[in-house]
Amino acid sequence: MRLRFKDGFKDGIPIALGYISVAVAFGILAADNGLPLWSPLLMSFAVFTGTGQFAGVHLISSHAGLAEVAFSLLVINIRSILMSVSLAQKLPKEMSVPRRMAVAFGNTDEVFGVCIQKREPLTFSYLIGIILISYLGWNFGTALGVLSSAALPLPIRSAMGIALYAMFIAIILPPVSESRPLAIVVAISGLVSVLFRVVPFLATIGSGWKITICGILAAGVCAVLFPEMPEKREEGEKNDVNMKEDAT
Amino acid sequence: MNDAQVLLTVFVMGICTYLPRMLPLVFLRKKIENPHVSAFLTYLPYGILTAMVIPDIFFSTASPISGIAGAAAAFFLAFKKKGLLPAAVAAVVTVFLVERLLGMIGWIS
Repeated sequence: MRLRFKDGFKDGIPIALGYISVAVAFGILAADNGLPLWSPLLMSFAVFTGTGQFAGVHLISSHAGLAEVAFSLLVINIRSILMSVSLAQKLPKEMSVPRRMAVAFGNTDEVFGVCIQKREPLTFSYLIGIILISYLGWNFGTALGVLSSAALPLPIRSAMGIALYAMFIAIILPPVSESRPLAIVVAISGLVSVLFRVVPFLATIGSGWKITICGILAAGVCAVLFPEMPEKREEGEKNDVNMKEDAT
Repeated sequence: MNDAQVLLTVFVMGICTYLPRMLPLVFLRKKIENPHVSAFLTYLPYGILTAMVIPDIFFSTASPISGIAGAAAAFFLAFKKKGLLPAAVAAVVTVFLVERLLGMIGWIS
């Protein structure tokens, strides 16, 4: 079945749910730190990233210079490069540059996570659907947080804090339970990630680096041990056929 | 910071977030044929997502106890292949209920 806009919109609901709670926390933090109230709204509207925006609040309130801002954001976003490289392999080859540029704006961790678990070839409409609902949730949550910290009572915010993590588990677990190489990837990454938390000198390393190192290490080891089966080829050809239908 | 400086900072943040997302999508259009590189890119998302979830999920709520309970609920529904939204909702509801219980016995405020 071809993925449509409404499929993307539906798949994006758990993302939006999680985003509202995270964005409320972000909006509150920005207001508490004395940032001009328009700035968190503008960040969510124009930047659309979680970790980066939390770092942004800290950078602005500590009067960081632009070079420091650029460096911090780039370090946090190294993993985005990896995710975009990976997602690029799943896009139909014929997708135009303007469409790729539009999709890139919404390629957040969560949108990426949901996209890679789709078995069907990704379409532009599907991607726009999932990005749009996520973006609405993110901006709605930010506005809620900025306008009133009482909008969502603390117990509900605490509970909603787990939503995005739970969604990631639902993404990771099903394919991993059926593939030994993937199970080993997850085991290595999880183990190293725990080390980053418990080993004192590793614990000072920022989460952007941690995620990047764990991802490269786990995928690298398994890529050497278990190179791809040739069946992947066919999927690519299916993508091409679908895009031709799209053009007519 | 004055408004102009804040505006400039947000602009730099935007550029530094958008470029890493955009460049690979626009310039890596060829399907990668090398089996090792292709395998690396297949495995990479799972490595990245795992590092984001573990161990952070256990500390994402008011108490590690509710975090573990919520993670268990998500794990159970994910194992049953119930989809993303049910797993997310079940985890949120579980955390909420466990935290009310913890509140009753005075473990969290």
